[in-house]
Amino acid sequence: MKKIFANATEALDGLLRDDMLIAAGGFGLCGIPELLLQAIQDSGVKGLTFASNNAGVDNFGIGILLETRQVKKMMSSYVGENDEFMRQYLSGELEIEFNPQGTLAERMRAGGCGIPGFYTRTGVGTQVAEGKEHKDFGGVSYVLERGIFADLSIVKAWKADETGNAVFRKTARNFNPPAAMCGKVCVMEVEEIVPTGSLDPDHIHLPGIYVHRLIQGEHEKRIEQRTVQKKETA
Amino acid sequence: MPWDRNQMAERAAKELEDGMYVNLGIGIPTLVANYVGAKDITLQSENGMLGMGPFPFEGEEDPDLINAGKQTITELKRTAYFDSAQSFGMIRGGKIAVAILGAMEVSEAGDLANWMIPGKLVKGMGGAMDLVAGVGRVIVVMDHTNKHGASKLLRECTLPLTGKGVVDLIITNLGVLEVGHKGLHILETAPDVSRDEIRTATEAAIV
Repeated sequence: MKKIFANATEALDGLLRDDMLIAAGGFGLCGIPELLLQAIQDSGVKGLTFASNNAGVDNFGIGILLETRQVKKMMSSYVGENDEFMRQYLSGELEIEFNPQGTLAERMRAGGCGIPGFYTRTGVGTQVAEGKEHKDFGGVSYVLERGIFADLSIVKAWKADETGNAVFRKTARNFNPPAAMCGKVCVMEVEEIVPTGSLDPDHIHLPGIYVHRLIQGEHEKRIEQRTVQKKETA
Repeated sequence: MPWDRNQMAERAAKELEDGMYVNLGIGIPTLVANYVGAKDITLQSENGMLGMGPFPFEGEEDPDLINAGKQTITELKRTAYFDSAQSFGMIRGGKIAVAILGAMEVSEAGDLANWMIPGKLVKGMGGAMDLVAGVGRVIVVMDHTNKHGASKLLRECTLPLTGKGVVDLIITNLGVLEVGHKGLHILETAPDVSRDEIRTATEAAIV
């Protein structure tokens, strides 16, 4: 079966519908599936719920879907680097479910592994554990969190071979593998599709079994917080 | 003289031991990295990196290489990258020895509030709840009192919690306090700060 598609719009053909749950990779603007997000904006699909650590900034990342009012709900750990997000959030147009960052990552990983729930100490005694089932293990209280089973995963990797075996680069890996795993269908965008056999099988970060459709494209890779040090001039 | 930001960070660095894997929060905790000296400390960035290096030189920024505060950083020879699920697996699994964090409030029972103020803009907890629930030892570095001069060390936190009974040590501009069974213990005072001054500035029980 051929996984490679010509562009993001073709790769998403037949997969998008209103009110669906999409898991997206990326942390801040690092490693986000920017081409697929643009194609989702172009499609006009509405009422989307995103499981994504962040919500982008104005004009980039998930931010572009907020401008067009295509997002109904965010499942995230940290948001608000984004004026339009805050406007919709404060006016009640946008729903947000805060998840501790590690709980969000594990909920995706668990969903991808067929695990519907798991117990964690994270959040016990706080708002995020209210109304959730608790259980004691060895005298310590844990809270039940549920696996995420998304309708669609959109992720970004550095390179992939034609079968979808993928390699990420530096901290751009972040949420991409767990997000890829938890969707019924996963579409991946990469900077370069390389011939099958050219990646070292010992160095694959995400096996192609998780990747159903694949595109190559040019990435802007915007930097959110440029921090530098000056070179000492001797 | 109470400690300034850098002196608080320097004091916090004394809590770190050779060979430790450590997570530093944003703000004063970030400065702790400047004072580890010859100790072999590996910094974790919870988006998915061990062995965090300094900021890059101008022109050498890499959009694929950022820390948990989304700032551009560099890697070291020892650096390892992994995904966020594994990153929080090592946090939740107790593999990170120490987390040093800022706080809005800490209670005498070690409850921590540092993620939201009701009625104000809520941006989210990020990885703070996972860190305080999972790492071996949680050290809070913060000013002893808020802008209005009120104690940030309280009998009970008034703000929504990040974690319950999670704080082990508090380093403020006035001194170092340990969370004990029945309240806080003063372990150390800043130069020329008396224990009585700390007691006066503290709402939480000091035993």
